[in-house]
Order: sequence, then structure tokens, then C-alpha cells
Amino acid sequence: MTASLTLSAPFNISLVGVGGQGILLTSNILAHAAMNAGHDVKKSEVHGMSQRGGTVMSQVRFGQKVHSPIIPDGASDILIAFERLEALRWAHLVRPGGRILVNNMDRVPITVSSGLQPPAADMDARLAAYPGLVLLEANALAEQAGTIRTANVVLVGALSTLIPFEPDHWQNAMRECIREAYLEVNQRAFELGRAAMMSKP
Amino acid sequence: MTKKMLLSANQAIAWAAYCSGCHVAAAYPGTPSTEIMEHIAEFKGAINCEWSVNEKVAMEIGIGASLAGGRALVAMKHVGLNVAMDPLMTFTHIGATGGMVIINADDPSMHSSQNEQDNRTLARFARALLFEPADSQEAFDMVRAGFELSETYQVPVIVRTTTRTAHTSTLVDIGSGERENRPVITYVKNAQRNVAIPAFARTMRFNVEKRTAALRELSESSPFNYAEAGSGNLGFVASGVAWQYVKEVFPEAPVFKVGLSFPPPLEKIRAFAAGLSRLVVIEESDPVLADQIRAAGIPVYEPDLELRMMELNPMRLAALRAELLGEPSLTSPAPEVGLPIRPPVLCSGCSHRGAFHVLAKLKATVCGDIGCYTLGASPPQSAMDTCVCMGASIGTAIGMRKAGHPNQRIAAVIGDSTFFHSGMTGLLDVAYNNIPITVMVFDNRITAMTGHQENPGSGHTLLGQESPGARVADIARAFGIRRVHEVEPYDLAHLEKVFSECLDANEPAVVVVRGPCVLHEKWAGKFINAVDPDKCTACGACFRLGCPAIVRGEPKDTEGRRYKAAIDPMFCTGCNLCAQVCRFGAISPVS
Repeated sequence: MTASLTLSAPFNISLVGVGGQGILLTSNILAHAAMNAGHDVKKSEVHGMSQRGGTVMSQVRFGQKVHSPIIPDGASDILIAFERLEALRWAHLVRPGGRILVNNMDRVPITVSSGLQPPAADMDARLAAYPGLVLLEANALAEQAGTIRTANVVLVGALSTLIPFEPDHWQNAMRECIREAYLEVNQRAFELGRAAMMSKP
Repeated sequence: MTKKMLLSANQAIAWAAYCSGCHVAAAYPGTPSTEIMEHIAEFKGAINCEWSVNEKVAMEIGIGASLAGGRALVAMKHVGLNVAMDPLMTFTHIGATGGMVIINADDPSMHSSQNEQDNRTLARFARALLFEPADSQEAFDMVRAGFELSETYQVPVIVRTTTRTAHTSTLVDIGSGERENRPVITYVKNAQRNVAIPAFARTMRFNVEKRTAALRELSESSPFNYAEAGSGNLGFVASGVAWQYVKEVFPEAPVFKVGLSFPPPLEKIRAFAAGLSRLVVIEESDPVLADQIRAAGIPVYEPDLELRMMELNPMRLAALRAELLGEPSLTSPAPEVGLPIRPPVLCSGCSHRGAFHVLAKLKATVCGDIGCYTLGASPPQSAMDTCVCMGASIGTAIGMRKAGHPNQRIAAVIGDSTFFHSGMTGLLDVAYNNIPITVMVFDNRITAMTGHQENPGSGHTLLGQESPGARVADIARAFGIRRVHEVEPYDLAHLEKVFSECLDANEPAVVVVRGPCVLHEKWAGKFINAVDPDKCTACGACFRLGCPAIVRGEPKDTEGRRYKAAIDPMFCTGCNLCAQVCRFGAISPVS
């Protein structure tokens, strides 16, 4: 299950979710791992309203040379979605044959919880229609690692199986981005995510 | 030390200020420029830095530091430069002594702004030197060069970032990373140079044009302006991050990269254009370069495609490629339809929610302002009539009253940081002209929207030092306003009593609603609430608070058209507003 990585074109990863889910830390770890692996790298994010329940997106591109910080629609090799509705909302970013890693949870938007808008119909079936989509129980694995707050790093661990970086590139990236006191629990989360992804068909 | 670092342009700018021996830095927070000053603060006082009360004051501090011979950096978002234009327009006449670099962060597509404006026009208007970095490395290099050039030419330098460059991290070589030992230039008192009165300013005015002519020559030889060869006779002039999109989408084309963009290197561009059949200028957002190039007699091809509004991206350039080269346009997969939107909302427990609830209940006309509380305009609260710019709530409310607005109850709603920024002058106008409106200051004692920066009311400075902590009520009284109240944010009955008294008083009134930002202080009540489904009638009153903790519960009837309320214990903070709006006693604390 290793993605093809051509060094002439950038490798593109989009990360989407809701404010407070740890998306920016995740993209930071990924960008540092890419840097540690010797790539040119760009990490782009738009925040400002992110902590107030809005959608958050970050994009990481790496390769021999990266120009645009924005990944063209339909050109993401991998989409990491921190909950299911955002996975569906941004699935069109992924190229044919690309992968979608989804934390199998729902963060119901206030428009739905307050009854202003109906929920998305047929979520299960619509998600299943994407052949490269994998649902991961990142919350449960994170709790197993020690705290649900590491669900984002579970996803990093899963992602690591799709990108040919050396283990050290990831480990050093985590050391560069995570405070010492939280490092160990995050390392456990990373390994659990990695193992969970390896066990997927 | 040559290891590259992964830095946002905002971080790179802070590093460049540090390495350049910058002495003084000042800013008012504003997305996407805020992090610059936060990173400068990380150098632990190596640079004398502060959160200024507003951008005009920040600019004036920079000017004073420069005239005293120090190097100064000021940072602001695009609309902040509007506020700071007055001192800048005369400073460009006077000229810098110590290097003066102004970071201006534009926000194409208005990711976090109330308008879209291309401030490169203001750089040209002011005859400042203008840089447009395309990534963090250039942001670093241009700030470094900016300090030098500002001193050489005695010109203020503007570095225009955009949201994309400011918040994109790229690899940066910061050289040794060591701070240049740059003594303050010896001050010489010189009224003819530094005092802008008509007699002296006329001389300065001529000098501005002489200097601009010299800067035009500089631009022609600047290493930041260069042509890259390519194949074909379609060529591009591009600046800022737009250059990255051109390189991505037209990798084969000849491109002239403009980094020092005012004054633009017109002769170099003329030579570049000579070998081309079509020259297209790609810039974000206004045709600032295109118009200057055209005015120099160089033909510029104007595509049919609308590229002048909103942020550019590779998809828009791909559409341009299809238009220019007649290639089939790229088709990207269609997004899923019928998905509920996820708008930002006031947090559960937010100290602004109850006040908006009461304003809506009292059917007040509400002139809003810039901050988290602008979210009060969104449904279901929909408790705001206008929002213009920082500080405008009060002046706008005065104008509405003077125009004979039929609603007796006119309120201005403004946050603490915005009040200090530019609401105080409006309030003084209320007092001076005895305007019967109510000014509500939503005081959470922090600049919340941009990420919790300290402000004059918070009691701390940028570097965490103690500060007096200006009190809004004291300011209002000092201005001469007699009806001044300070209230707690979570007692709806009391809020309603005070608000209605003030709104109906027919005299100037100020209500300061004081409560900490829940996001900042991680404040939580002593309990959380739950809904008793047997008592809930699905009336919807609690839903209209717009609290993210209040969610749809079980259906009220078999048709499933109405739902009872439920409370998500993960999000409830125990602010208890919902229990106060429930007329059926269905909401009460659980342990």
C-alpha cells in the first residue's frame, strides 16, 4: 500500500476538519517529515475563524520543487479528513486513484444540530462510493494511546504507511513539533495509527 | 548554520527584523499579519516591541524611531494601513533616517476581512518602495534588503504579503541567524528635514519625486526583478504568490518576475516584452502593474477571464491557460452537493451571546463592529444591522440617529480592543454632541478574534509586563457620559432591565458587558445543563441562542418536523443562558 511518489511533480496532501481537532499540528508534523526527507515543501493554511467551529483546511505539498502553495482541485494524492462530513465536502480535491483517510466520527455542524439545515443524506453510501477511502477509528485508538487528543497523530501514523519516508523522518518531525511532555503519548498514537492502516485490506 | 527552516512568511519577517538589528517594532493585531509581532516578541526584548493601540499609533511609533535613527518595523493588515495612511503620507515627504519597513498584509478573497483592497496602490500613492514576496524566503530577503534600501534612499519600504504568503510555510535559509549589531544613527536636530510645515514641505515634495526617479533606476537593476527564459512567444509578468501559480501552470513560458514592484522596472519589462507576441500580467488583485506597464507604451494582453477579484489559484490560471492556448480546460471532479454548511459561531459559553439575545428581544437597531461579536449578525440570533470597519459602530449609530431612524432603540456594539483602537473618538462624539444612543462595549478584556492578544484593557503588554488596564466605564465618565453601567454577561433579566432603561432613556448611555472570553480563560461554570425531554415542548427558544452545545434531541411529533432540544455535555460550559430562556423549566443543571 505505498503510493507512487514521483519527484518531478509535487506530492499533494490536503487535511480538512473542524477547528480544534489538531489539523494544524498534523500538517506541521507532515511538513517537517517531508523536510527531513530532503524535499522542498510548502504548507498552506487558512485560519482566523478556525477556533469558532468553522471548517479548517491545510495543504502540504512536497517534492523536488514546489511552486503553488495551493493544490489544484482534483490533484490531491491524499485527503485526510478529521470527521466524515468534511471528508465528503472535500472528496473532490482527490485525484482519481488517490486515497482518503477519514477519522470515523461526526462533528455535527450547528446548522444541523439547531435544525436550520437537514443533515447530509446517505453519508455511509456516499463515503463508500469513493474507492480509495479508508475509515479509521482514530478516536478509539487515541484513547488507547492515552488521550483522545492524539487522534490527529493516529492519522499521521496511518498516513506514514502511504509515503516512503524513513521512520526517523517521522520521529524527528514529531520531536520538532510536539512538546516533550506530550511526545510519548503521541508516539504511541502514531504507532497505533500505523498498525491500524497496515491491517486494512 | 545553513540548515533551512520551515517558516511562514510572518515568521520569516520576524527573523529578518531580528537579523537586521531592528530596534523598534509595533503593530495592531489583524489577520493575516498578527503572528509577526508575536514572533518578534519571542526574541525576548531584543527588539523593543509592542501591541499598539491602533495602526496609526504603530506607524507613528515607527516614524519616531526612524527619525531618532533607529530601525523600525510596523505590521498591519490591509485595512490597518487605511488607518495609518495619514502619518505615512507625510512621512514619505520627510523620509526615513533609520530603516523603516512597513508590513502590509492584504487579504484577497476576504478570508478574515470585511473588504478586499489592493494596497499596492497605496504604496504607489505614497511613493514608498514596494516589495512583493512570493514565499517566506523572499519575505526574509526583502525585509533584510528593505532596511538597507530604506536608509540608503531615505524611503519608507512597504512589504506586501497576502493571506496565502503570510500563512504558507516554506523553506528558508536565514543565513547565520545572528543579529546584526546596528547602532542607532546619531540624531541631528534638523527642522527643515523633519518638520513638515508648508515652507519645508514644498521642498520635501520636490525631493519625493527626485527620490522616486532614483528608485526607478534602482528597480531596473534590482536582483528581485528578473526575466526567466522560456519557449514560445506568450510571456508573463507576475508578482507575489501569483508568480508561483504562473510557474506551476505555465512551466514552459518566459516569465518576468517582479519582486520590487514600485517603482516597477519598466525598461526591463519593455525589453522582455520585445520578443513576445503576447504579454500577460498576472498579479493579485488590481491591475497595478498592468496599468503602469500599459502607460509606458508596452502592450498588455487583457484576458476575457475575470482575474481581478478574489484570490488567484492554479485552477483559475488553468482556465486562463485554456483561454490563451486554446487547450481544453481541465475538468476537476464535482463537489458533493446537499451538504450542510459549517459556519463559524460564537462559542458555547461566549460572554457575547446573552447580550445579543437581549438586543434582539428588545428589537434594537444594532450597529456592529469588527471582532468575534460580528458573529452576532448570523442566524439564528441575527442581532446586527450594520458592520463597516474598526470603530465604525459608534459613528454609524450616531448617523442613524441623526437621519431620523424610526427605531428609538439604537445601539452600537463594539468590543474592548476595537473600542480602544478607534471607538473612543466616536464615543467622545456621542458625549460632545449629546447623542441619545447606547454604546454597548462587549468587554472580554482580550483581543479574541485574532487569537487573544493583550490590549490596553487587559492589564498586560505584548511581553507580559503589567499594565494599568484601562477601564471603559471610567473613560466614558471622563468623556462626560452620565448614564454608565457595568454588567455581568450571564444574567438575562438584569441585562434586559439595564439595556431597555438605556435604550429608552433618550440620552447618551454606555453599557459595559464584562466577562472573560471562554476560549481564552478556559472558563467553565460549576455545572452543566441538561434538557428534560418530558418538559421540553420543542418551542425552539433555546435554539435561537445559537449555542453549539444545544442540539436536536428527540422528535416532538411523529411527522418529525419539530425536535426537542438536547444539550451536548462535551460543549456545555454551564453559562446557564438556555435555562433562563426556557419558559417550561425543562433545562436544569446535572452533576
